[in-house]
Amino acid sequence: MTLTVDDVKRIADLAYIEINEDEANAALTQLSGIFGLIESMQAVDASNVEPMSHAQSVTQRLREDTVTEMDQRELFQSIAPDVEAGLYLVPKVIE
Amino acid sequence: MLNASLKQLSGQLAQKKISSVELTTECLDRIKRLNPEYNAFITVNEEMSLAQAQTADALIASGRSGPLTGIPVAQKDIFCAKGWLTTCGSKMLSNFVSPYDAGVIERFNAAGAVNIGKTNMDEFAMGSSNETSHYGFVRNPWDVTAVPGGSSGGAACAVAARLAPAATGTDTGGSIRQPAALCGISGIKPTYGLVSRYGMIAFASSLDQGGPMAKSAEDLALLLNVMVGFDARDSTSLQRDVEDYAGELQKPLHGLRIGLPKEYFAAGMSSEVELAVTHALEEFRKLGAQTVEISLPNVPLSIPVYYVLAPAEASSNLSRFDGVRYGYRAESYTDLADMYRKSRAQGFGAEVKRRILIGTYVLSHGYYDAYYIKAQKLRRLIAQDFADAYQQCDVIMGPTTPTVAFNLGEKSGDPIQMYLSDIYTSAANLTGMPAMSIPVGFGEKRRPIGLHLIGNYFREAQLLNIAHQYQQVTDWHVQSPV
Repeated sequence: MTLTVDDVKRIADLAYIEINEDEANAALTQLSGIFGLIESMQAVDASNVEPMSHAQSVTQRLREDTVTEMDQRELFQSIAPDVEAGLYLVPKVIE
Repeated sequence: MLNASLKQLSGQLAQKKISSVELTTECLDRIKRLNPEYNAFITVNEEMSLAQAQTADALIASGRSGPLTGIPVAQKDIFCAKGWLTTCGSKMLSNFVSPYDAGVIERFNAAGAVNIGKTNMDEFAMGSSNETSHYGFVRNPWDVTAVPGGSSGGAACAVAARLAPAATGTDTGGSIRQPAALCGISGIKPTYGLVSRYGMIAFASSLDQGGPMAKSAEDLALLLNVMVGFDARDSTSLQRDVEDYAGELQKPLHGLRIGLPKEYFAAGMSSEVELAVTHALEEFRKLGAQTVEISLPNVPLSIPVYYVLAPAEASSNLSRFDGVRYGYRAESYTDLADMYRKSRAQGFGAEVKRRILIGTYVLSHGYYDAYYIKAQKLRRLIAQDFADAYQQCDVIMGPTTPTVAFNLGEKSGDPIQMYLSDIYTSAANLTGMPAMSIPVGFGEKRRPIGLHLIGNYFREAQLLNIAHQYQQVTDWHVQSPV
């Protein structure tokens, strides 16, 4: 697999990380090396193996549908970059 | 008091020969004096630590103390602690004063332990040298030109340099065991699911596990007794009966079968590491253990599998850092998407961005099956290798790292070389098995060497027993660089 600088820019866009031309070129070199390392996986045939997503085979616990958390809005918003009247402020999304 | 074990410190506190305030003050004084050179701590808060020490002294006076009451513990800056700056080594969280306690912090608080400060670490635990921290690198106290390892580099340095008697770490691919090895201390990553991940800032959720770092296996057992426990707020926390991790320490090792994977003793290990490991195995034979050669044929795939799965999970976990509700927000931007892009570009360091990009790519349309699913399939083959191996042995041993600590700056420009530092450790995260590192010697320039012990699921008490018996007949663990 060969990565291109456009691939790097596309991934950065998907990941919401601003990247300039120099950074994209530097990232291309390093990511290509890392994918070279990762590529060794392809030599092993594991077509009949069940994927293992988790270290323990446990099922998701369910809990009672009751309120467990207290309202701590003021505390949580005290560390927010920008709040007003209990709302988080961000740049206007809808004109 | 600097070289005392936790049991000794606990005894002196209980008999009121020392107070927690005195012990805490001594640690704070050492940190004040030595941290400017080592940079092991990101945040120290004398007022909050001393307040906890006073509470602990009151508990002791009233006869309601436990084994860790009044003991200073250095907390890795990945654990949210209420009222403490909690940065995870990142500029992204440089202004994040946590509004709540992690499950682990709650348990230490309930035990009456003192939070002596928040330790330096690789940014979001992504690194093997502590050089990716936004708050600067940490020095190895045995040789200040060497790295301490990572990502729990500040924790390992703090214990080795006797800035704190014990510390917490987290381990996603080796981040407790590798720095423990490079700094000549003991550290254990428990079975996945035993230590709560609630409030432990997530890197790769199916691999992350918290654990203790200290001078000896006996100290680790006391710390584990506090750290392990069910937490309903962590969906992967395991509900099990309470276990005393110090319960098996005195058991003789006669008849113990030590598996030596031929893949771990293949080329790549330095001769001084090989020699120290060989000598350690000799001690175990003298203690009555026998060694058997085993094979873990798929274990060489651990690094490629790890560097697909960990970045994939990280790219998902770190998507929460968007500059909206907390953390860093860029100063100027044009619209919402631009605010996200600039905040994340400026708030994350190079290694974190690199891993987010890898993860985003392997999860993206058209590559998901070839990378992410393939890696999960190989993860099962690796786990099966270990299950097969435990038919022939009780514990698996090898080196924790291929070499002693490398020089500061030596690998920081070469991600692949850095990634290979985890070559022996990452398999235990993929399988979820408990694993630990104990000091077994020194290499050139008196840089420490660690022995890696991997146990079967839930066999922490056995690992600690094996390590403790070794530490009864050797003195590597009591040596200190200061």
